[in-house]
Amino acid sequence: MLCEGVSMEYQFHWNIVFNKMPQLLNGAFVTLHVSVLAMLIGIAIAVLLAIGKMSDSKAISFIPTVWVEIARNTPALFQIYMAYFGLGAFGIHLSPYVAVLSALIFVNAGYLTETFRGGFQAIPKTQYSASKSLGMSSVQVYRYIILPQMFRRIYHPLTNQFVWSILMSSLGILVGMNELSGETQRLQSLSFRTLEFFIVAAIMYYVITKFVLLSTSLVSKRIFKGDI
Amino acid sequence: MGISFFTPLSWNDSGFILTGVLNTIYISVLAIVVGTILGLIVGFLRAEANRFVNSLMGSVLDILRSVPLIIQLILFSTYIGAMGHPLNPFVSGSIVLSLYTMAFMGEVFRGGFESVQKPMIVTARSLGMSYWQALRYIRLPIGLRAVFPSWLGVALSVIKDSALVSVIGYMELLRTSEQLISRTQQPLEILIGVGIFYFIISYPLSLYGKYMERKMAI
Repeated sequence: MLCEGVSMEYQFHWNIVFNKMPQLLNGAFVTLHVSVLAMLIGIAIAVLLAIGKMSDSKAISFIPTVWVEIARNTPALFQIYMAYFGLGAFGIHLSPYVAVLSALIFVNAGYLTETFRGGFQAIPKTQYSASKSLGMSSVQVYRYIILPQMFRRIYHPLTNQFVWSILMSSLGILVGMNELSGETQRLQSLSFRTLEFFIVAAIMYYVITKFVLLSTSLVSKRIFKGDI
Repeated sequence: MGISFFTPLSWNDSGFILTGVLNTIYISVLAIVVGTILGLIVGFLRAEANRFVNSLMGSVLDILRSVPLIIQLILFSTYIGAMGHPLNPFVSGSIVLSLYTMAFMGEVFRGGFESVQKPMIVTARSLGMSYWQALRYIRLPIGLRAVFPSWLGVALSVIKDSALVSVIGYMELLRTSEQLISRTQQPLEILIGVGIFYFIISYPLSLYGKYMERKMAI
């Protein structure tokens, strides 16, 4: 038994991984790139959906409701497959990058719609009338009263969603995208140093996530002056 | 001409799909149960421990939450294999998924334990309850009740994340459908069916979670 254990000892070869560092860093850049893009477009769509969802008309609030519920109640992997394989049935063939990007946008928009709606509804309507009676214009009310308070409430959900996007973009590995996971998968298949490559990828994800969380919390301390 | 390598979807495939459905439910329930038990222990320890132990546990659990699940799955099954003790996909999948669940559940339960205010515990002790009695009759019921909606939220995300166990070869729903897609070349029908399945499980539970949240807020 003991002899068998010794003979099966795994030899780590780190040099191969370090030689491929430029490719891995490039993969990490693509990961950040796709997450930031998915976040920005997701926020833009979520604002529209949130406005639609708060509408009194059933017909208008129907689309945002369906969007939000599908995004929240199905796996992200399913959405990526849907974008990559499913849309093929309509003759739409997306590249892996676009497929992952659009799936992430879809989910981000779904989750953030609820965040924005909650943030908006948390601010009492009386503040609006109070500011109006002090002589502010509608634009001023939103600029100085409503939006700053709303931003404070949605800041943390936004950072969480961003970290989630970074982690979920790793599903690009399954459709052959060239982000960090996909790049790791491609490189390890050339050298068969699976363990080493994925250990380095895990560390890189950890560093990216920590860096994002640290910098967002520094920013929040700066702009919210500590009182949150 | 005329020879097709693809056979369309038929009723004979329903057994195969059902296996996937059952396997998805099986591994999700297992991970939720094990993850909840471990998370309860972790959450309790973190609420009780001093600052040093707390930050040590926090940083270890942080790794599980900051590395994508898919990387954890690949890493764990490769590592076990490379060390000469390969496990079948179900076992390694449920180990990783349970630990992943534990990391999130630990945070949820820690919040629950910390939501029970100190004076309440002191009162219980001064009424003659032992430490364990105060835990059993005061802290657990009040703390757990408060975090039920968040617990349900984590459980729902585990059901959805269980789809990733397909990566290391476990025959859950998404993997069975993937194989059917490569045979039938009918991705849309199959994927929509898969989506509906997840939706049917997840949507009622999320509605229930929202209802409980509203009920407790009042």
